[in-house]
Amino acid sequence: MTWVWEHLGDIGGYAVSHALLAGIPLLVGLLIALPLGWLARRYPPVASVIVGGSSLLYTIPSLALFILMPLVLGSRILDAINVYVAMTIYTVALLVRTVADALGAVPESTRQAATAMGYRGFGRLVAVDLPLAVPVLAAGLRVAAVSNVSIVSVASLIGYPQLGYYLTDGYQRSFPLEIGVGIVGCLLLALLFDGAIRVGEWALTPWARAGR
Amino acid sequence: MIRFEGVTKRYAGGPAPTADGSGDGSAVAVDDLSLTAPTGQITVLVGPSGCGKTTTLRMVNRMVIPTSGTITLDGRDTAALDAAELRRGIGYVIQHAGLFPHRTVVDNVATVPRLLGWDKRRARDRAMEVLARVGLDATYASRYPAQLSGGQQQRVGVARALAADPPVLLMDEPFSAVDPVVREQLQADLLTLQQDLAKTILFVTHDIDEAITLGDQIAVLRVGGRLAQVDTPERLLAAPADDFVADFVGRDRGYRALAFQPPPRVDLTVEPTVPLGATPAQARAATSDGWLLVVDSAGMPVGWVRPDQLTAAITPTDLHRGGTVARRDAPPRAYLDAALSSPSGRGVIAEADGRLAGTVTARAVVAALPHGIPDGAATQGDSARKAPRP
Repeated sequence: MTWVWEHLGDIGGYAVSHALLAGIPLLVGLLIALPLGWLARRYPPVASVIVGGSSLLYTIPSLALFILMPLVLGSRILDAINVYVAMTIYTVALLVRTVADALGAVPESTRQAATAMGYRGFGRLVAVDLPLAVPVLAAGLRVAAVSNVSIVSVASLIGYPQLGYYLTDGYQRSFPLEIGVGIVGCLLLALLFDGAIRVGEWALTPWARAGR
Repeated sequence: MIRFEGVTKRYAGGPAPTADGSGDGSAVAVDDLSLTAPTGQITVLVGPSGCGKTTTLRMVNRMVIPTSGTITLDGRDTAALDAAELRRGIGYVIQHAGLFPHRTVVDNVATVPRLLGWDKRRARDRAMEVLARVGLDATYASRYPAQLSGGQQQRVGVARALAADPPVLLMDEPFSAVDPVVREQLQADLLTLQQDLAKTILFVTHDIDEAITLGDQIAVLRVGGRLAQVDTPERLLAAPADDFVADFVGRDRGYRALAFQPPPRVDLTVEPTVPLGATPAQARAATSDGWLLVVDSAGMPVGWVRPDQLTAAITPTDLHRGGTVARRDAPPRAYLDAALSSPSGRGVIAEADGRLAGTVTARAVVAALPHGIPDGAATQGDSARKAPRP
């Protein structure tokens, strides 16, 4: 255990780096998935293309994607941008369907009532559809967050430092404690993300708790 | 005033229209409808499911776009107006209220004023005012729709439609999802509200009783979206245009028509009464037959007792409350109902302020009816004779 205490500073730094690599793509991915999911919802003919295509992205092995990124982006091999972009792609892949489902979960009668009150398309989306989509959206976001925390650890194979480093390094040195630190660190981070999203959802949906 | 001129709504690709249809593979929801809903009045669209009544309603605020024909609001062609602007000027109430679950009651009601650009404070003040108007206590304002009963939600729905004070209200089966007692109350409250507000209301229902209760004018639609008859409730009951309308307005139409006649000219019988708290001896001395009417301290009739069964001073739990009370200025239907529902066979008639005026028998009410009342009604009146017991 002394190893853990001696390396606490490193572990903390790697955890922060891991959180950023997983968290920033989560937010950016959500922002990209929102209009795509809305499009899929709005124009059923393109829905299969958007939802199917984005799901397909998720099947690309993460290691391959990390290695491909510099070729596509023209970035340096160790540039953090590679990881950010790759993780954003995975997030979008998971969230497009979630956004489409979340918007679809808004009751038709509520939508109709909003239109009849005189909301226009975008105004209605912001004022009525999105707030009501939050519970389904949050559920999908939690899955994507946990998935991101897990996938980011693979980036250590291309030498980008975060908690995944302890997995590869520990394996090479046959040092189980180090591997354990990597696993527990990822777990705690995933729980943190999950908890944060739950709190956000709780704050945004006082109405969902009413009448229970 | 809402005016439909030759309005047709045809859906492409639907099943072919029934029997007489042209068979072009499109379904006609509304067929060449011409109808005027006069300003300040309630026009009810009624008919069986599939008659296009909801489609008709939704064409007014362009939730459904007519295939042909024009709809004008106070002379302005709705097709020429911006749809969102048009809708902000038309109140809309639907079944299950259609409230926004994520907004509090007051914010639901403030929706249209906010869309019209009112500042938040003014919109909320107005919302509170309208909530009071529809009979909702201010304590409900900060609740969410899920915390209200169906009837309360429906009141909020009406308040939301009225918030920006639009001249026109569209109501699509607004009361059909609540239980009968609440529905009656909502209907009565709507009529009271309408006396003050005089909105131009287009009201859709499948319930002919509701149509008769609320409508100044009733338009009966048949399946396929054809207008069968437009008339006042009285005329509709008295002279259905054809078998379809006759069938639709129902078998009780003779009795229901009594609701549209002036109060019957009958002499009221002075009824012996005792106040609440009277002793059995007082009650037995006052009674003329098996039943005795009890009044409260203000002289309002509260119910009947059987003096021979009393063992102690009369309390509210001793009262038989089956009988309805008719106001003196009520139509014959209310008089007859009071008599038929009374355990003594004597209907209780009250003054406008609720104090007892006297009683009347069903036989006397029927005898006072003008000519043209079907024999059926008289038979009903006679059968009430067996109600009084020794």
